[in-house]
Amino acid sequence: MKRGISILAVVTALLLSLALYEALIGAPTERTMGDVQRIFYYHVPSAWTAFLLFLINFIASIVYLIRRNPKTDILALVSAEVGVVFCTVVIVTGPIWARPVWGIWWAAGDIRLTTTLVLWLIYISYLVLRRFSTSGQTPVIAAVLAIFGALDVPLVYFSIWFFRTQHPSPVIGGGGSLDPRMAHVLLINWAAFLCLAWLVSWTRYRLEVVKREVEEAQALESLLEGSR
Amino acid sequence: MSFFAITRATLEKDIRLEWRSKDAVNAMLFFALLVVVIFSFAFDPTAEESRRIAGGLIWVAFLFAAVVALNQTWARELRNQVLDAYRVSPAPANPLFLAKALGNFIFVAILEALMTPLFIVFFKLRALGETWDLLPIALLGTWALVVNGTFFAAMSLRTRSREIMLPLLLFPISVPALLGMVNATSAVLSGEYSPRVWIALLLAYDVVFTIACLYLFETVLEAE
Amino acid sequence: MNSMHYLYAAYIATWAIHGTYLVILARKYKKVRREMESLRK
Repeated sequence: MKRGISILAVVTALLLSLALYEALIGAPTERTMGDVQRIFYYHVPSAWTAFLLFLINFIASIVYLIRRNPKTDILALVSAEVGVVFCTVVIVTGPIWARPVWGIWWAAGDIRLTTTLVLWLIYISYLVLRRFSTSGQTPVIAAVLAIFGALDVPLVYFSIWFFRTQHPSPVIGGGGSLDPRMAHVLLINWAAFLCLAWLVSWTRYRLEVVKREVEEAQALESLLEGSR
Repeated sequence: MSFFAITRATLEKDIRLEWRSKDAVNAMLFFALLVVVIFSFAFDPTAEESRRIAGGLIWVAFLFAAVVALNQTWARELRNQVLDAYRVSPAPANPLFLAKALGNFIFVAILEALMTPLFIVFFKLRALGETWDLLPIALLGTWALVVNGTFFAAMSLRTRSREIMLPLLLFPISVPALLGMVNATSAVLSGEYSPRVWIALLLAYDVVFTIACLYLFETVLEAE
Repeated sequence: MNSMHYLYAAYIATWAIHGTYLVILARKYKKVRREMESLRK
């Protein structure tokens, strides 16, 4: 296990460095937006990674409700936490990109960014619930919330999409085809961020496993103290 | 007893208990008036902009009312260990949930019915579109808030800062419903476009989450 | 070149966010370490 993490750490560091070089220097400069467009190489992979992590959380939550395996719950917790981190990056880099390009920090009709914001809010509330819950069955309640969140996502997407048809606004990130060299850099950055997500999640997972063992041991000890 | 029989019995009992304390009714009346007055201070009712955002203002006010009602949903059950009884018995807990949700719905609907004429008077509102459309919007929108709110109130029972936990969980999940309510209402008030798609969205939201709540309530109850 | 500031801001913000999380993890790790030590006694 230890060896695995070390290898992953090295690979991640190398990939991130390569990806950074490609994003800032290797990739061609975009015609309309200029160098600011390079934010794209951090913004988009972070979004994909966040969504992947939230998907993992959703699946882990369902599996937990069925099997009630504590390890699955830890996976749900970890994927939610790391997902929120990456999601925060998306929400912060989005406006930073929008401002110089569109002159505004936020467009309410920007469907991708607004959906991401709502997803971020849902998962923050998920983490708060986990932190504040005093029930012994917090994992179950959190899993249920995750399911509600997942059910909500298509509704959120549709509602904002329809809102946008009535209140047209610029789309940050734009659509359209991608220069193959840019696609190449985009994928390298995605690979790098995926490795980072994997590394951080793995570390957090192990930390949580140990933390829970310690808590159990502490509980056991106070029980024994009491009976002495 | 059948599912609906239990639901009705629980609901009737709740209504009877609330009605006996006339304090609740008076407090509700005053609350409705207060909210509208505060909003009329905060948003100048004579301004053209206020009329354009009236849809949003009204629903924010209704949201406040809903949270107030929702926070005390399970108070009586907690005090009398009713939930423990349901946990132990083989009887399904769904009728209890439905009764609670319906009770909250009635409570919030009454508050809305009290606030609406006040809003109309204070903000000089006129519906330029089909006024009757406001009825499905109000019903579907209120149910959207109440069904999830009752469920999240149950989820928040064993948490610190329970009163803050409820809105914290409810608001993000309610975003599509809120968009639906506000935009549909604005559509009817301005008459500029049809609220039909928003009403359809509210209906879809209500169906999805009513099923989810009924399906998962037992799970949450057992987990408390 | 004003737009370059935004580019740097975005990249720095990204690393600041990841860095903050890693710092939080490091603190949690230290805490768990301490608790493990106190249990061993």
